[in-house]
Amino acid sequence: MKKFFAQAYLWLLLAMLYAPILIIAIFSFTEAKVLGNWTGFSTKLYTSLFSGGVHHSLLSAIENTFIIAIVSAAIATVLGSIAAIGIFNLRNRQKMIMNTLNNIPMLNPDIITGISLFLLFVSLGITQGYATVILAHVTFCTPYVVLCVMPRLQQMNPNIYEAALDLGATPGQALRKVLMPEIKPGMISGFILAFTLSIDDFAVTIFTIGTEGLETLSTYIYADARKGGLTPELRPLSTIIFVTVLLLLITINVRAQRAQKAKEKELK
Amino acid sequence: MNNSNFIIELSHISKSFGEKVVLDDVSLYVKKGEFVTILGPSGCGKTTLLRILAGFGTADEGEIKIGGADITNVPPHERPVNTVFQRYALFPHLNVYDNIAFGLKLKKVKEDEIETRVRKALKMVGMTDYEWRDVNSLSGGQQQRVAIARAIINRPQVLLLDEPLAALDLKMRKDMQMELKEMHKTLGITFVYVTHDQEEALTLSDTIVVMSEGKVQQIGTPIDIYNEPKNSFVADFIGESNILNGTMVKDKLVRFMGQEFECVDKGMGENAPVDVVIRPEDVYIMAKTDSGMFEGVVQSCIFKGVHYEMLVTTPNGYEIMIQDYNAFEVGQQVSMIIKPSDIHVMQKERICNTFEGSMIDSTHVEIMGKEFVCNEQVGIEGGEKVEVEVAFDKVELMDNKEDGTMVGDVRFILYKGDHYHLTIRTENGSNLYVDTHDVWDDRDIVGIKIQPEDIKIKRV
Repeated sequence: MKKFFAQAYLWLLLAMLYAPILIIAIFSFTEAKVLGNWTGFSTKLYTSLFSGGVHHSLLSAIENTFIIAIVSAAIATVLGSIAAIGIFNLRNRQKMIMNTLNNIPMLNPDIITGISLFLLFVSLGITQGYATVILAHVTFCTPYVVLCVMPRLQQMNPNIYEAALDLGATPGQALRKVLMPEIKPGMISGFILAFTLSIDDFAVTIFTIGTEGLETLSTYIYADARKGGLTPELRPLSTIIFVTVLLLLITINVRAQRAQKAKEKELK
Repeated sequence: MNNSNFIIELSHISKSFGEKVVLDDVSLYVKKGEFVTILGPSGCGKTTLLRILAGFGTADEGEIKIGGADITNVPPHERPVNTVFQRYALFPHLNVYDNIAFGLKLKKVKEDEIETRVRKALKMVGMTDYEWRDVNSLSGGQQQRVAIARAIINRPQVLLLDEPLAALDLKMRKDMQMELKEMHKTLGITFVYVTHDQEEALTLSDTIVVMSEGKVQQIGTPIDIYNEPKNSFVADFIGESNILNGTMVKDKLVRFMGQEFECVDKGMGENAPVDVVIRPEDVYIMAKTDSGMFEGVVQSCIFKGVHYEMLVTTPNGYEIMIQDYNAFEVGQQVSMIIKPSDIHVMQKERICNTFEGSMIDSTHVEIMGKEFVCNEQVGIEGGEKVEVEVAFDKVELMDNKEDGTMVGDVRFILYKGDHYHLTIRTENGSNLYVDTHDVWDDRDIVGIKIQPEDIKIKRV
């Protein structure tokens, strides 16, 4: 009986967590304009989402979101990996300081990051648009990449870089042929994490996107909701984004598990 | 020196990490084709020396030549040496073949030549048919074989080995020792091998370099080092030994344990203080007879496989370790004989602590960076430089470090039959030598106190 309650509690909790997204997903398969009305099963919203039945600006917002996410995740991955290698090779005290400095932006509320970047861009007189959003996203994504790459470096046998030099590799060759393959799994996880963080960011984006009419998904939905009622096509869109992010997260976890298993095997 | 037949010439290498001196004026010359082992306890600087040779670290001072060419400032990838690391350091993302071929591929050697050479190297280390295996699936011993193959395939002038067998189990270690020795013979490459295992060093090497505290203590063949240790550190570190204080009465006559013994050493002068080293297997033990040189009572007897190891105390309080094929019962009266040629006499490095100091006022002197109270000095001014002597047995050590004038940590312990001779590293890095009957452990932190009347001051 006790066990039954424990189970029931767990499922209730999960149901509450996932209810909103489930409702959106369910109602994405009906045509009703107002959320909550079920007018029979239909995939019309999905087709109209992709057939130009929607407002043109939604499509461009989707496009912008993905371009920004890919570009900023790529830049953050490069910067974060280089930073991780640098921090890893510091002496104890400096290493601790740098790790703490790396963690602070992650704990910092997004709204603060957003406002401070906004003020920075204004005070430097930079016109806000694509570039500023990407810069802002790179700023908050990079620490996460460092966090993903660091454990790979710590697990690595510290002698292998030296072994490469010893066998005649220049420092550059040793970096490419030995260090990079070793930290690659961390870099991929870091890229995926940065990508999802960028897609779903609202607070930082709204402060750095400017007034030139550039929209990402999050800012578009926000504006749309304020205009009165959500465009029905946002229901299938949210569902698609949710599923995409879910798949990415599953990928990251499976990779982490595999790495863990490989490590255990190595130890045996 | 350019035409010399030395392949490695390390001259006056010094290295410090911050305040800590790791290598202190180390010089080492290695002949072509030699198997040289650098032997010492952990923290003695041996790995640092090897890393400097490989180019992973730089020396603060000194010069390194390989094959006559100055390589002091040459980066590691341009040095004609290859290294085998303690933890193998194989590239985990490459298979056995690609690991071994790594160096040759960088040198842009032709693919078919690489293939023949990889197969040859694999055959050499007894790993034929392992080419396509994942390196992570290999055992420790197999990984180390691959690491050795990866190094020797580049035909280096010198092969550096940093405790390559330390992570293997005893049986595997013994097998690999023999294989390494065989490989050294076949290849004709100079091997520089670093280890803390004295047995391994004795088994493998042509020449052993014993290091301690960043200094070379002795260089010699295994037989020389074992039979004629230069100082008490070497004697204690290589094999088991009894080390006792003695006095050289005259040539071929030495006094220790309260009586005189014939020996073969000479030329140390009369009544010179010396260290006497006797290997436990060189003491002949028998049931009490009149023909023994000295007597004692067996305190303990442990079976060690081939022999028994016994501790015997003499009537005047000395404790001697003896190894013999015959066991004697605890409490039994025994007699002992030592052959003159088995008594190794060594000049003492020092007979008391000597410091440079300076007078603060007539009753205070500064030594080892601290102020000590001394007896009133007449005629020596404050600020004057002085030489200070403190006898080994006049230094008091205390558990409670607040009770001492200064603090130090125990770095080296030598049992001298009836007392311990300790080396204490003080706060400012100088060494203080102490004779004591109390038992201390390595790395103990102790308070140090010296009575005013025991501080002997001399004008410089």
